Amino acid sequence: MIPVECYFALSALLFFIGVYGFVTRRNLIAMLISVELVLNAVDINFAAINRLLYPEGMEGMFMTLFVIGVAAAESAVAIAIIINVYRKFRSDSVDAIQNMKR
Amino acid sequence: MANTVMFIILAVFIIGSALLCVTTTRIMRAATYMLFVLFGVAGIYFLLDYTFLGAAQIAVYAGGVTMIYVFAIQLVSKRTLQGLEERVKSSKMIVGGLAALAGLIVVSLILLKTGFITQEIANVEVPMKDIGMALVGSGKYQYVLPFEFISVFLLACIIGGLVVARKEDKA
Amino acid sequence: MYSYTIFIMLLPLLSFIILGLAGMKMQHKVAGWIGTCSLGLVTILSYLTAFQYFGADRVNGIYQTIVPYNFTWLPLGNLHFDLGILLDPISVVMLIVISTVSLMVHIYSFGYMHGEKGFQRYYAFLSLFTMSMLGLVLATNIFQMYMFWELVGVSSYLLIGFYYPLKPAIAASKKAFIVTRFADMFFLVGILTFGYFTDSFSFSFAGDIVMGQGTTPFIQGSMAKAVAAGGFIIPTALVLMFIGGAGKSAMFPLHIWLPDAMEGPTPVSALIHAATMVVAGVFQIARMFPLWIEYAPQAMSIVVWVGVFTAFYAAAVACAQTDIKRVLAFSTISQIAFMMVALGVCLPGHEALFDNHAQLGYMAGMFHLFTHAMFKACLFLGAGCIIHAVHSNEMALMGGLRKYMPITHVTFLISCLAIAGIPFFSGFSSKDEIITACMQYSPVVGWIMTGIAAMTAFYMFRLYYGIFWGTENVEAHEHHTPHEAPLSMTIPLIVLCVITVGVGIYSTLGGFLGWGGSFGSYVAAAGTDYTIHFDTQIAATSTIIAILSICLATYIYKGESQPIADRLYKTFPKLHRAAYKRFYQDEIWQYVTHRIIFRCVSTPIAWFDRHIVDGTFNFMAWGANEAGESIRSWQSGDVRQYAVWFLTGSVALTLILLCI
Repeated sequence: MIPVECYFALSALLFFIGVYGFVTRRNLIAMLISVELVLNAVDINFAAINRLLYPEGMEGMFMTLFVIGVAAAESAVAIAIIINVYRKFRSDSVDAIQNMKR
Repeated sequence: MANTVMFIILAVFIIGSALLCVTTTRIMRAATYMLFVLFGVAGIYFLLDYTFLGAAQIAVYAGGVTMIYVFAIQLVSKRTLQGLEERVKSSKMIVGGLAALAGLIVVSLILLKTGFITQEIANVEVPMKDIGMALVGSGKYQYVLPFEFISVFLLACIIGGLVVARKEDKA
Repeated sequence: MYSYTIFIMLLPLLSFIILGLAGMKMQHKVAGWIGTCSLGLVTILSYLTAFQYFGADRVNGIYQTIVPYNFTWLPLGNLHFDLGILLDPISVVMLIVISTVSLMVHIYSFGYMHGEKGFQRYYAFLSLFTMSMLGLVLATNIFQMYMFWELVGVSSYLLIGFYYPLKPAIAASKKAFIVTRFADMFFLVGILTFGYFTDSFSFSFAGDIVMGQGTTPFIQGSMAKAVAAGGFIIPTALVLMFIGGAGKSAMFPLHIWLPDAMEGPTPVSALIHAATMVVAGVFQIARMFPLWIEYAPQAMSIVVWVGVFTAFYAAAVACAQTDIKRVLAFSTISQIAFMMVALGVCLPGHEALFDNHAQLGYMAGMFHLFTHAMFKACLFLGAGCIIHAVHSNEMALMGGLRKYMPITHVTFLISCLAIAGIPFFSGFSSKDEIITACMQYSPVVGWIMTGIAAMTAFYMFRLYYGIFWGTENVEAHEHHTPHEAPLSMTIPLIVLCVITVGVGIYSTLGGFLGWGGSFGSYVAAAGTDYTIHFDTQIAATSTIIAILSICLATYIYKGESQPIADRLYKTFPKLHRAAYKRFYQDEIWQYVTHRIIFRCVSTPIAWFDRHIVDGTFNFMAWGANEAGESIRSWQSGDVRQYAVWFLTGSVALTLILLCI
């Protein structure tokens, strides 16, 4: 049996790798990809806790399920926005959106 | 034993892909590495005896979301597709790295301080019938409300995405 | 039964409001009639009050103080501000003076201000002034008096600056207001000191004021605390109040505003700056007289010497002025100083016997106030007629006017004789009594005042001869013959002269023949009868000196040319120049304020205000601005930076939660 801390460690690493990617990357889509990594880390966490610490309930699994669904929807909307941004600013870099900056 | 080996392989696979994903300069490769990460996570689910979840992960995430990203990359990043690289400022890397590191340390501290009691369970997967009943049941711990909500939510997001992304009529 | 007295105050107020708000829509005549009729009613009511008051029975030979109205306006713990009406011999006498002179001025202004722009505004302000002055004399407590004191100052400011398009008028009105306001600062401190130590502002506890007897409810009840606090408290408070009165009554050195106040229309000068407002200081001392006598008899010497010096100074300056209104202004200053001296020379004493002249000064001062109001108003109104005829104030352009203006000539002459102190004119009795009282106090003061009386006669007749005799300005008279003033302007002159002569004959004969029932029977320090009977020696001396001065003036100024005057002028040019420039008093005040006060006191304070007070707030604003600027970079619009901060923040929060 794998101790639950291993799953936590894995999930934490994945999470912070995703955060690093979000902070560092300039390309909008790359930032979104990093966000996906974060979400996946959280999913692992939910599933592991449910299975290994509270096996009677099913909340963790359903949470994960719904997170998957929401992540998909959110990606779709974000991509739509990025497409719009690209049309207006002709660039896919996050620095290009500067209209409201003084 | 087999579980441990499997876990280690999957863990290395996931972390390696993730690292490559965030450090690569070419966006298409980043999407590919993300696909690998998603597969890896599906593997973890299978390891945890959540077959349905794993299947959903592969179908929705690895299949749908990755396709969306690929299409988006095609539409948006003309230059990077042709191999243009993105340069990252080293100061940003250091800052980001430090922040992530700090967070990691804090989380590890918490992990170490809390004592978790792993329960011994049988290696049996959750029966599908239970999942189905829970998903559409309206009892106390059952999920018909989030299920309906998420369906409406998906609809809204589809429509929203369509509206946002449609081409403006040039006057 | 005195409830109608409230209308004495309400009618002028009402007329002020009506004329003030709706005056510009009325015709001049209508506005004038409204003002004059309301004042006529006030005069009738005042005379009615006087008859009723002085005809009522006395208790122990003393006129009772009657308070028909007194309501608490503002209660503040121990102290309370009241508004009310107090009837008392001096206040009733002042009622008669104010209403009579004001009515005469209202009638006179019909003619004088005819065709002026702002006619309605003028009558509105006259009503305001009358109301304020009546309120001042009818006050039941010192704070009400102060309130109306300030209102009188405001009315004076408005009326002096009536010709506001002209720069000198504006400057004069500001000067009057600022100087009197400065003096009122001391008045206020005096009031507050008084109120703090005696827990009361009122002049009596609605009971009897028995003056001069020493033990009254007013004095006993509230004064014990003040006396216990220290023997110098009450005299200090009284002297501070006197300084306020000195400003209003144009005592040296606060007299500088009165000559310049002549920029206003002449009827205003007659009403405000001759008869009523400037005697407010005298009235204030008369009102507080029981306190002065009982608790601050030594402080009265301040009053005396200030008065003596002012009288001498004003008389000296008046001898060298060429503007007729200025001569009359300085004459007013001098005469008010006489009244102040009269009040000041009273000695404390508890018996009010017939031959005790110790408190003769009180009665003499009030009597002189009454008679002075009448003949000075007549003089000013006469001057107004002359100015109206000649269109100038300067004596050089007048001369030989007796042919053209007979009525003005006669009334002016009568008033001059009154002010000089010739028997059978009212000024004689009042001035004589003042000198008697001064002799009682100290012969030095008595002889000084006699000398000043001689100077008074001299310069008044210099003025008279300069206007009506002397060299005639023939070319100007050919252009435009001076004519006698219209009826509306001469009738007040005649009325005032009749009063002057009537009172004069009555009191002179009464004094010589020992009648009772003269002024002293109404107003006296003890509240009881005080028959005037003359000290023949003093009466004779003063009359002879007056006649000698008149003869001197006649000799110098009557003829067609004035050789002696010119020779004197050549011999003492500097002295004459100094007197003409009022002994440089204005320049001294300018020096004091500009060099000393502005430079040494105001400039540091202004610097402090600009740099430290403002600087603090500017600094705070600057600090806030800088702080805002420095964290502006946080709002970079960079999503990734936000993420970093977000992460850092949550990590820090977690750490904190961990550690707690």
